[in-house]
Amino acid sequence: MNNFKVLVNGIIKENPTFVLLLGMCPTLGTTSSAINGMSMGLATMCVLILSNFIIALIKKLIPDMVRIPAYIVVIASLVTVLQMVIKAYAPEIDKSLGLFIPLIVVNCIILGRAESFAAKNGAIASIFDGIGIGLGFTIALTCLGAVRELLGTGAIFGITLWGENYGMLMFVLAPGAFLALGYLIVLFNKITKKA
Amino acid sequence: MDYVLNLVLIIIVAIFVNNVVLAQFLGICPFLGVSKKVDTASGMGMAVTAVLVVATIVTYLIQTYVLNVFGLEYLQTIAFILVIAALVQMIEIILKKTMPALYQALGVFLPLITTNCCILGVAILVIQKDYDLLQGIIFALATGIGFLLAMVLFAGLREQLDLVDVPKPFRGVPIALITASLLAMAFMGFSGVDGGLKILFGLQ
Repeated sequence: MNNFKVLVNGIIKENPTFVLLLGMCPTLGTTSSAINGMSMGLATMCVLILSNFIIALIKKLIPDMVRIPAYIVVIASLVTVLQMVIKAYAPEIDKSLGLFIPLIVVNCIILGRAESFAAKNGAIASIFDGIGIGLGFTIALTCLGAVRELLGTGAIFGITLWGENYGMLMFVLAPGAFLALGYLIVLFNKITKKA
Repeated sequence: MDYVLNLVLIIIVAIFVNNVVLAQFLGICPFLGVSKKVDTASGMGMAVTAVLVVATIVTYLIQTYVLNVFGLEYLQTIAFILVIAALVQMIEIILKKTMPALYQALGVFLPLITTNCCILGVAILVIQKDYDLLQGIIFALATGIGFLLAMVLFAGLREQLDLVDVPKPFRGVPIALITASLLAMAFMGFSGVDGGLKILFGLQ
């Protein structure tokens, strides 16, 4: 499989949100607006690319028995660094994502890709896999955030399309997250599988 | 007296108002993954509750007596996730030796709990909210009960879904998400209860 195929695979065929249904907590928890969803997606993508790269490099040094704890330490260190960077340079993102930044550690997408891709492939291919899956996740989160923001407040990326009075507040709150994701998956199934 | 009323408030808020799954979106993976039958859902709920309480106690002690003392607060994420992973393994071994019946019931769920974000989430929240140890334990227990409640209700609904003819693209996860949305909407009915209780208890 060449690198381009690996990249597209992550966006469509193995889209982490719509097909694999991984990492649902940040997907639902941080998409109250398009910009929040996108920042969460990008943050996860950074960790994913770096963790895939590092794990692919050191996989031969790790004994098989302790590989999962070793992966978790790598991922947790990267998340800690990311947390500090976000706190220092983008405090407003830190405020809106809050608890979900440290929780990137337990995002099953990252550990899942480490186990199923980075542990079996070379470092360069692993970077492309990280970019592909990360982009798939970011696109899905941005879409979900945009739909919720538009239906909930009548704006998209903070640009008002119609007045806030016509928004359904429910979509910004918890029930709207489940509802919007449910319908987006239906739409994705309809388009890709011709169900 | 105020302290006790505060504990009651923490319990009610954690179970109903700020339900861990339906309002805070923590622990969605097991909520969607193992909620097809009521008995597996309740088994998972109980396992999570037990691990939550033990993990909160241990992480609280580590934060106050190790990380804070040596100025290592930035290691919080790494320390907590390692402690939780080790703890889950340990609980599994102890249960296997001492309570085989309970191990049989919960066994399959235990390894899955390490990556359940509500464990790490609650451990961090207890530190962020500046709870003392007792408040932290009560908060963890109530969060676990809230998780159990949401799991059992949702599994009950999903068992009913098996009996109806769902349109093809909706089958599986999408219809489950839409059902969860309705459940979350029902739980929204509790919002604002915490403010009312605060006034009733005279805590403001």
